[in-house]
Amino acid sequence: MPAERVVRGVRKVGATTLAILQRLGFATRFFAAVVWHSPQAFRRLQLTLREIYFAGVLSLVIILVSGMFVGMVLALQGYDVLNRYGANDSLGILVALSLVRELGPVVAGLLFASRAGSAITAEIGLMKATDQLAAMEMMAVDPLARVVAPRFWGGIVSMPLLAALFSTLGVFGAWLVGVKLIGLDNGAFWGNMQAAVDFREDIVNGFIKSVVFGVIVSLIAVFEGYDAKPTAEGVSSATTRTVVESALTILAADFVLTVFMFRGVGV
Amino acid sequence: MKTAPSPAAATFDTRCANAVELSGVTFGYDRRTILKGIDMTIPRGKVVAIMGGSGCGKTTILRLIGGSLRPRSGRIVVAGQSVPQLDRDGLYALRRRIGMLFQFGALFTDLTVFENVAFPMREHTDLPDEAIRDLVLMKLNAVGLRGAAQLKPAELSGGMGRRVALARAVALDPMLVMYDEPFAGLDPISLGVVGQLIRRMNDALGITSIVVTHDVYESLKIVDHLYFVSEGRIVAGGTPDEVRASSDPFVRQFLDGAPDGPVPFHYAARPLEQEFVRAR
Amino acid sequence: MNRATIDLWVGVFVLIGIGALIFLSLRVGNLLTTSNAPGYRLEARFDNVAGLKPRAPVKAAGVVVGRVERIVLDPQTYEASVTMRIDQGFQFTRDTIASVLTSGLLGEVYIGLDAGGDSQMLADGGRIAKTQSALVIEKLIGQFMLDRASAAPDK
Repeated sequence: MPAERVVRGVRKVGATTLAILQRLGFATRFFAAVVWHSPQAFRRLQLTLREIYFAGVLSLVIILVSGMFVGMVLALQGYDVLNRYGANDSLGILVALSLVRELGPVVAGLLFASRAGSAITAEIGLMKATDQLAAMEMMAVDPLARVVAPRFWGGIVSMPLLAALFSTLGVFGAWLVGVKLIGLDNGAFWGNMQAAVDFREDIVNGFIKSVVFGVIVSLIAVFEGYDAKPTAEGVSSATTRTVVESALTILAADFVLTVFMFRGVGV
Repeated sequence: MKTAPSPAAATFDTRCANAVELSGVTFGYDRRTILKGIDMTIPRGKVVAIMGGSGCGKTTILRLIGGSLRPRSGRIVVAGQSVPQLDRDGLYALRRRIGMLFQFGALFTDLTVFENVAFPMREHTDLPDEAIRDLVLMKLNAVGLRGAAQLKPAELSGGMGRRVALARAVALDPMLVMYDEPFAGLDPISLGVVGQLIRRMNDALGITSIVVTHDVYESLKIVDHLYFVSEGRIVAGGTPDEVRASSDPFVRQFLDGAPDGPVPFHYAARPLEQEFVRAR
Repeated sequence: MNRATIDLWVGVFVLIGIGALIFLSLRVGNLLTTSNAPGYRLEARFDNVAGLKPRAPVKAAGVVVGRVERIVLDPQTYEASVTMRIDQGFQFTRDTIASVLTSGLLGEVYIGLDAGGDSQMLADGGRIAKTQSALVIEKLIGQFMLDRASAAPDK
């Protein structure tokens, strides 16, 4: 019966929509609860510092190395294209704007999600699966304040710094390739870059993006961990979900932010 | 060991002879009913075992007493306070006086043994570091693991982990300690050690203990009273001597480990003939 | 991992992170050179600013002295009114000529200022009277063709 099949299909769409909405609602309440419990996490700064160590310091290597390579590739590819139009001197502009506006926040966000976000989810999920969160609650210690909030804020603090380091190393990598390897003029490289990159329009907006991505990744990571099914499969699928959801949300949010930020520039 | 000052201490510890009282407690998720009217009194200073098969609602009883679940109906009174009516602060104040040992210990894997035991003290007291150090080493000494203070939980055997969790459960000198399957997965020696520790801690610190377990022989050695739970009800109970002498079919099945009896071997199903007639 | 080690590493991380932000702001961006520096506004009107964009540099003798802030069309005169923000410390005479220029054949469009000999200086909100519009390459070619066409019969 085709009609029946259609009805069943529509019902499935409805059920999925409701499930997604319910989850979003739950995530929003969770977000509010984490923010509500944050003052306790700040009062004991040591807890948050520890999470900055795990989220930020341990992500340093991947961020620095990736940033450097991305910058070097950008310089090679950019030079190849710019050279055709005799605009070699604009290489610094191309690299700096790509990194500061887009690649820095976005790629650092993606790397951060897969390095630190997944680790946060796995850690919290494992604590849940082994009753550590329940044990904490039975000891009259709120896991939201003791476990979740410090990780959340550790991620938010780490992410903009990592994005800035990514962009910086990218510019450095591009300088290595462009100036040291290809032999472009050092003065033109930096001079044109400085003339074209604006502090408010480019640097500040890029920074805002990286803060937003930090909030997104941290929230998804702690939420998925806290919400994970308390089993081995539950934790592993929650970890996967963290990476996938973070990547999609970062890219979507990046589009929205870009529309608002760079509207009217160059148009 | 009169240490670890707690602001809530004064409100408990007085008057009531029973540490925990449950009457007419029912509980369930959605359509599934798990507890169908539990009456239970746990006198102060005693070790009481709650026994039953897997999945019969034993752990649920502990969660109700600890306030992480709310009953559908019935009264739960711990140290004179009605648990379901407590607000968050009241509940947390009560929980500071309750220790709990989770199944498999639930030690914090990122902290050392020392820090695990120190955790409740650091969270709830303003004691200086030296005082905490002395207290923690005393607790660890009581469970015989002072030497393991700097190990990580992953480096401990199952029995040692259980003992550390025990030390953590009594860190703040609680008035009530709940044990969720303290014997699960232990070898006979560790099992005996943990059993003896439960008894010794109870008597030395003057606490009340509730042990949820399906290990009937170990329980008979250490407890003052046993309750048997099956399908959401208390089906039998008594002192260890009464239980040993009991002719109750459920208790007998539990003691003898018979595969069939009041707890059936077969999951509820249609009659066998009907099943095969249909299949053809 | 003890507390002192964590503190040290987090300290190092935060410091180099902030260092990277400062590097981006100063070396890559132009925080010191313009945006933050105090300045004043000048206005100039052009028949055509083709290709000029907000934030384009304003240069005098090849030195960046400010930036284009706003470009609007005057509905009465159909001229483009360009507001520039000039850094404090650079003064221009009243007979300064503002031109819309292009760096190189395909480079960015900017405004060039050529100071004159007047003793009076332009103040905040002042208007540059003498301007030279952008060279539009199609028009140039068209002009060139016309000249050739009109010159040919004389030969």
